[in-house]
Formats: sequence, C-alpha cells, structure tokens
Amino acid sequence: MASLLEIQDLHVDVDGKPILKGVNLRVEKGEIHALMGPNGSGKSTLSNVLMGHPKYTVTKGRILYNGEDITAEKTHLRARRGIFLAFQYPMAIPGVTVANFLRTSLKAVRGDEGAVKTFRKTLREKMALLEMPETFATRYVNDGFSGGEKKRLETLQMALLEPTLAVLDETDSGLDIDALRIVSTGINKIAGPNTGILVITHYQRILSYVKPHFVHVLMSGQIVHSGGAEMAQELEKKGYDWLKEEEKAVAA
Amino acid sequence: MTTKPLIDKDDYQTKYGFHDPEKYLFKADKGLTRDVVIDISKRKSEPQWMLDFRLKAYDIYLSKPMPTWGNTQLLNAINFDDIYYYLKPSKNTADNWDQVPTDIKNTFTKLGIPQAEQKFLAGVTAQYDSEAVYHQINKELEKQGVIFLDMDAGLREFPDLVREYFGTVIPAMDNKFAALNSAVWSGGSFVYVPKNAKVALPLQAYFRINAEKAGQFERTLIIADEGSSVHYIEGCTAPTWSADALHSAVVELIAKKSAHIRYTTIQNWANNVYNLVTKRAVAHEDAFVEWVDGNLGSKITMKFPGVVLAGRGARAEILSCAFAGKGQHQDTGAKLVFAAPNTSGTIVSKSISKDGGRASYRGLVKVYPNATDVKVNVRCDALLLDEKSRSDTYPTMEINSERVNIGHEASVYKIGEEQLFYLQSRGLSESEATTMIVNGFFEAFTKELPLEYAVELNRLIQLEMEGAVG
Repeated sequence: MASLLEIQDLHVDVDGKPILKGVNLRVEKGEIHALMGPNGSGKSTLSNVLMGHPKYTVTKGRILYNGEDITAEKTHLRARRGIFLAFQYPMAIPGVTVANFLRTSLKAVRGDEGAVKTFRKTLREKMALLEMPETFATRYVNDGFSGGEKKRLETLQMALLEPTLAVLDETDSGLDIDALRIVSTGINKIAGPNTGILVITHYQRILSYVKPHFVHVLMSGQIVHSGGAEMAQELEKKGYDWLKEEEKAVAA
Repeated sequence: MTTKPLIDKDDYQTKYGFHDPEKYLFKADKGLTRDVVIDISKRKSEPQWMLDFRLKAYDIYLSKPMPTWGNTQLLNAINFDDIYYYLKPSKNTADNWDQVPTDIKNTFTKLGIPQAEQKFLAGVTAQYDSEAVYHQINKELEKQGVIFLDMDAGLREFPDLVREYFGTVIPAMDNKFAALNSAVWSGGSFVYVPKNAKVALPLQAYFRINAEKAGQFERTLIIADEGSSVHYIEGCTAPTWSADALHSAVVELIAKKSAHIRYTTIQNWANNVYNLVTKRAVAHEDAFVEWVDGNLGSKITMKFPGVVLAGRGARAEILSCAFAGKGQHQDTGAKLVFAAPNTSGTIVSKSISKDGGRASYRGLVKVYPNATDVKVNVRCDALLLDEKSRSDTYPTMEINSERVNIGHEASVYKIGEEQLFYLQSRGLSESEATTMIVNGFFEAFTKELPLEYAVELNRLIQLEMEGAVG
C-alpha cells in the first residue's frame, strides 16, 4: 500500500536560489512526525511546497500523496485531497467573518451539503474544545488578531476540516503556555489511525504535548538525521551544532 | 437537495440584459427640442408653473457647457440627438400587477419585484422607461398619512406640496444634467412622511430601461417631516443594447427637524448606459441623512450624493461603493456641506477596479464660517484587481471655519499572493478566493443593506468577477 505522504529527492528553488536540496521523507497514516531544524534550514519552504505555493519551484524530485504524484497540483485541489497547512503567519481577510470563511472552506473541501448542514453545531463543539468564545466566529479572519488568536484559528480550521495530512508550520511559536496547551489539544484530537501529522518546529517545547513517533532534523535543505521522540530532548540540550559537525564529518 | 456551485454561472445578458418588444403608447421623436418639452408637459396635463419650470430649465440646459472636468472624452461622446426623451409604456399606473401589460409584468417578475414586494417592502413603484407602470403602498402607511406616489401622480394629487419643494435642493442651474432632467423629467417617486411617522419597512422604486436609445429622467422628491423616519430603496437595470442609453435622474431629499432618511441605491446598469445623476439632501436641525449608494455597471457613472447640513446638530453618513469593470468608469463620491454648528458627517467610499476599469473617488467637504464644532471623517479605499485597472482620488476640502475636526484616510490595495494562497490552501479556487476577498472588501457596505439586498449584491459582484456582465 502506498504511503500517505512520500517526498522523493525534493529540490526546491525560491527566486532561483536552491533551498531544498534532496529531501526524502515518508509519513504513514497514524504517524506523528516532527521536523526540526535551525532558522534558514528550509522548514517553511518544505511546508509551503507541500501545499503548492506558487513562489516555490520544484526543480527535481516528487511529492506523492496516497501514491499519486501531486508535485504540480494546484493548491486548492491538494486541500480538497485532505492536506492541511497550519500557517506560521496566517493572513488577514478583512470583512470576511470567521464563520463565513469556515463554512465556505468546509463546503469547498468536503464538496457536500451534509457537512455544511451541521456546520453550526460542529463549529460550536470545536470552538468549545479549543476554549474559544462564541463571539470569535463573528470576527473578521485574522484581522487584528493577536499571535495566539491566529494560531487558535488555524487549529480550529484544522479541527473542522479534519484533514488526512496536517502540516503545522511553527504553530507553537509565540504562544504562551495556556495557548500552547489548547493548540496541542486540537492537534491531538485530530491525530488518529487515519491521519498523518507533520509538526514543524524550532523548539521541542510543543513536543512535550504532542508526542511524535519520529523526529527529523533539517539542515541546509536536507534531512541530516532521523530518530525517535528522544531526539527532541537531545536537540534541546545540545543544540544543532553537533549535527553540523557530524554532517561535515560524513561529507569528508 | 442539489449542490449549488460556489459561483453561479448566470450572466447579465440572461438575468437583466433582455428586452421586451417595443409596444409604446407614445414615443416622442428622437432628439430634444422645445416642442418635445412642451409636448411632455401637455401629455401629462401639468399646471402652467411646471411647464414654465421645464422651459426655463431647457434654456439653462442649452446655455450650460458640458462639464470640463471628469471623463470629458466619454461625456463629449454622448449624442443627445440620438436619444428618445419620452417613452410612455402604458395607459395608467396600475395598483395590481395583473393590470400591467403582460410583457412588462413578466419583465418585473423576472427581476423579482412582485416577490420582494410581498416579502419585505412597505410599498413599490415600478418604472418602465419614462413612466411608472405599477404602484402600491401598504394600507397602514396610507392611514398614517404617508404619501408614496410616482412623481407625476404626486404633482397631480399634491400640487402645492410639490411646488413648495420641487427644485429647491437641486435647482436647474446646478449643472447641465440637472437642467436636462428638469426640462424633460418623467416618473420617479414622491414621498412625504408626516410628523413623527415611522416607516418601518423600506419603500422601493425599481427603474427599468427597456427601449434602445432610451433616455430615462426620473425625478424623486422625499420630504421627511419633523421626527419622522423612512428608508427608501431604488434598484435599476437595463437591457444590453449596442447603442447608448442615457439615465439622468435628480433626487432631492429634505429631512426636517429630527427626521431620519436613509436612501439606498443598488444600480446595475448595462454597459451601454450613461448614468449621470444628481442627488442631494438637506438635513435640518438634529436630522440624520444617510446615502447608501452602490454602483455597478454602466459605461460611465457620475454621481456624488451630497448632504447640506443646514441645521444645528444635523448628521450625515454617505457610504458609496463602486465596481468598475472592463470599459467602465465609475466616477463616484460624495459631498458634505456644513452650514450649521455642531454638525457631523462621515464619508466611506469603497471601489474596485478590474479588467482595465477605472474607479475615481471625487469628494467635496465644505465648511462655512458659521459652522463651528464640525466633525468630519472621510475614508476611501480602492482595490485594484490587476495591473491594467485604475483608481484615482480627487478629494477637495474647503474649510473656512474654526474648531473643525477632520479625519481623512485613503488607501489602495492589491490582492496579495499570500492572501490568495491562504484561501486556496483552504480549498477555494483562485476565483472563489478572489471573490471572497472582494466581498470582504465591500462588507462595510453590504452590512448596511437589508439581508435580501446584501445577498443580491454579493451575487452581482460574483457576476462582475466572472467578467460575464454585458
């Protein structure tokens, strides 16, 4: 059976500059993966390219989703396949209420009226889970939101759309401990035997709430190290420099 | 239940751009002469003073040059000799849709007017080219003494009231098109709301142009007496003809002490219509006037609804939105004239330009020396959907008073790649994502509309976004 997500030798340019230089990664259903790495290692590039951002050019390699090549597929079609990206910097859409945005998105992704019919009820439940006041639904999408509110809205969208692959790009950055707990609750809620999760993060902090099965380290556009959950703590203690040394040693 | 696509695949042609065969009771000769003016007045059996008013206006029209500002290229392309100035569609104004000639009735049914009347309106006038073909008002309102008639009937039934106010807010001298309207006006609405009467549901007028090369010159006069309130809504459409049509209305509002008038327009003209309209209100002491003005379609629209704040404590809010598509110029804006102390006003203008369309904001804020402690806030936002399109602002401020608090903000937006990507990552196609951003941009406007109209406006914007209009 094909993997949920399989990234094969992925090379990606941004504005003609190579950022990813041969990434290989497999995520199966039911697995939680953490992708860690220092600033500038290409973490956000990977998340954007998984979602099909037009600014990023794949120069080599493929992205397979359930065995199908989606490397050139348009963003909205990937979303309709069940891929979800929680943004590091979600955009404001002034004048569009959270409720309207979520309803439209749910309809687009699910393509059926059923999900829309029970929308109000589902929304209330998910908002309660994430400890969000009901008035939140009437505010404009990310317009004047605090950093924590933006991340909660990303989590709410994920909870509502129930993706089969969720990619979380630095969802933990800038969150206080309460917000981190709530966001983690949302992630753990969608985790399950049919879902794959890829948590992209700079710090291991979130990983004490969301337990990964695998941890990968991305450096200079390549995954240089993969291991189990214990690796996150090691990285926290020792930083990334020792991996750089190791990388050099291997290269030599 | 069938699944509706996020975007309907209707177009202007099917929904609004159709026309009926021309079966007019009377059609004046093409072009404008003194005889045409006299003939219109005679056919309407008007009092002498109105004929005099028309003829004087005709002379003013002839003597005034075309405006030398704005889109002079388009304005000078109007062929005034190639327009029919008066087209009478039926014998009477009916108060029952079954008495309206079948073709015309079907047209209004297709436009949804009788249906809307039943659901949420207190009164309706339906005008077809030069005359109202249907008119009805809620009996309760009539009992309260509310007058809602087409302008011709208003002049027949309440000549003194009409004479007292007609042309007092916008004299024929005001501009060339106001003079033209004053000479050949036909139809429009006459509304009088007595002291302290509150009209809870909106009154609506619908203006439909049908004939090719038609000129529509409706004239509306609304008087809200002390302490009263009224909401009036107008909608407009026309067939897609290849030859140009001219719509040149004059709308005068008078809000007496502590009265409240809200005037909402959603016009959706075909792309061959020149829309050159003068709208102005006078707000007396503690009165409140709102213009909610939505402009879609037309070849060129020049419309700057104004409020003269003539009494202490008067307030005004002007909310204007415009969508300029391919080959269109929306030259819209607002005027606030402060002529009394402790007055305040707000202008919010939202425009979108697409496919080479041009949207201009043109605004005037004038404060007279005796108007102290004035507050005014102007905000204009423009959204450009592509590189070919254009937006410009022409704000004028003439402040001749002390203690004036003025805020002015203007901004131009483009839809960002990141915004689109964000929405696309949530399953919306590029056009669905763009439409959502556009609807959000207009939200400040649509939220002021009754629900049914807000839904309709969002649908019209979708049509415009597909570029299927006209």
